[in-house]
Amino acid sequence: MNFDILSMEVRWVLGTIGGLLVLATIIVRFLIRLRPEVDFASLSQRITSWWIMVGMFTFAMILSRNISIGFFAFISFLALKEFLSLIPTRRADRRVLFWAYLAIPVQFYWIYLEWYGLFIIFIPVYMFLLLPLRMVIIGQTEGYIRAIGTVHWGLMLTVFCLSHTAFLLILREAGSPGDHPGVGLVLFLVIMTQLNDVCQFLWGKSLGRAKILPKVSPGKTWAGFVGGVATTTVVGWQVGPFLTILDQSQSLVAGLIIGIGGFVGDVNLSALKRDLHVKDSGSLLPGHGGILDRIDSLTYTAPLFFHYVYWSFDWHTFGLSLGKQ
Amino acid sequence: MNMVHNLCRLLFFALVVRPLTLVILGLNVRNRGRLPEAGPAVLVANHNSHLDVVTLMSMFPLRMLPKLRPVAAQDYFFRNALLKWFALRIIGILPIDREMRSRRRDPLSGINESLQRGEMVILFPEGSRGLPEQLGDFKSGVAHVAKKNPEVPVVPVFMYGLGKILPRGEALLVPFFVDVFVGEPVPWEGDRNGFMEHLSSSMTTLAAEGEFSPWE
Repeated sequence: MNFDILSMEVRWVLGTIGGLLVLATIIVRFLIRLRPEVDFASLSQRITSWWIMVGMFTFAMILSRNISIGFFAFISFLALKEFLSLIPTRRADRRVLFWAYLAIPVQFYWIYLEWYGLFIIFIPVYMFLLLPLRMVIIGQTEGYIRAIGTVHWGLMLTVFCLSHTAFLLILREAGSPGDHPGVGLVLFLVIMTQLNDVCQFLWGKSLGRAKILPKVSPGKTWAGFVGGVATTTVVGWQVGPFLTILDQSQSLVAGLIIGIGGFVGDVNLSALKRDLHVKDSGSLLPGHGGILDRIDSLTYTAPLFFHYVYWSFDWHTFGLSLGKQ
Repeated sequence: MNMVHNLCRLLFFALVVRPLTLVILGLNVRNRGRLPEAGPAVLVANHNSHLDVVTLMSMFPLRMLPKLRPVAAQDYFFRNALLKWFALRIIGILPIDREMRSRRRDPLSGINESLQRGEMVILFPEGSRGLPEQLGDFKSGVAHVAKKNPEVPVVPVFMYGLGKILPRGEALLVPFFVDVFVGEPVPWEGDRNGFMEHLSSSMTTLAAEGEFSPWE
């Protein structure tokens, strides 16, 4: 995906995000100057983290196709590492965890090959069958179910689910294999997922009362959920046809899927953190917490949005050269 | 020859150690500001893995590399010529003789001289790596160093995770995030037992700052 093939719309959106960040930075600088008695450290830390995230994401997207795939593989690595550092693991299972890490380069190699068939079953089937075998060879049965269950669950969430973003990026339509609709689709997915997080938070803050999942996430309200999903659906309906190959009605459905999926991904990780009695999943991104805190919604929206797009068009991709069709 | 060694050392830390500790592993450092900015200073850390030393060293800027001197057991690291070369020239250890029978020379004199040169000495008072992710008893050598150099700050550092990544007796590295907790300097107040108790208790307090899932 080098710069030449980016559509005008993608350039516009990237430019707008950059502009918004510049604006936010100027406002915070101005606030610090204007109100020296207030502590803006957390806010400016957050904006610095946003600069780094947006900058890395943009560069990864525009430099080349393979750098983009490598970037998503690295995000998966960080997420799996954070997950495995967070949960209880057994000393005996170090080698099993090592094999779980090895699944990352393999999974992203299928994406590099555009081999859909293996991409979609490698972790759910082959790693699912392989990891227990490795664990059985070690032979420690005490805590076996919990150990194998947690490792594979984490692998599904942090590698399998997230890797859909990379496959989305390399999709090519059957009618026009020379085009690259993936950049717009990934940008749409990531922006809408982040927007949905923010909207659910803002709606919940402004008129939320009735709690939706008080035991898991006491801060979340019905108003936040409904308002967030509605806003994301409407914005998606408007932005989708501009940024992606989706038409208006498809964009509307995509917005709805991202709105609901993002909420579930968020509370799924909240339940995990509550179980482990931690507030943040890590401290990789100052002001934001860990990487899992940032991508929790994406673990749900990426596969759900991917399959919606995948079923809506005919694709050129997928291992034609490997004798598959 | 010295310049060649220094260059090897710099390249090793810039191209091997930092990518390993900062990208493959990743450090969460709590209270980084408490780390001394220049020597003389003593860093006291818990010991679980061969990676402890290089992880501690990678928290400092590369230009400080010539000033960082981890104390390590001579009997372990001088076993063969290659290991000795690596320990002395690349890691830059201050060798200490654990089995010195004749007391003609103070075994800690190398540390005192290093501190007088304004270097930063890294000490693992547990003596060996011990059981993974368990804090062993501290040996009192560090109190002798503090007594001889009462004006030098002794900073406790607790690290969690390296014993999971590369424990004693394992050759396979498995990535995890590393948590590092830096404490306030422990002052020398003229009493060896008091100093050791103060040091142990600040280490235990640092260890309790993190909430870690069990690893059994």
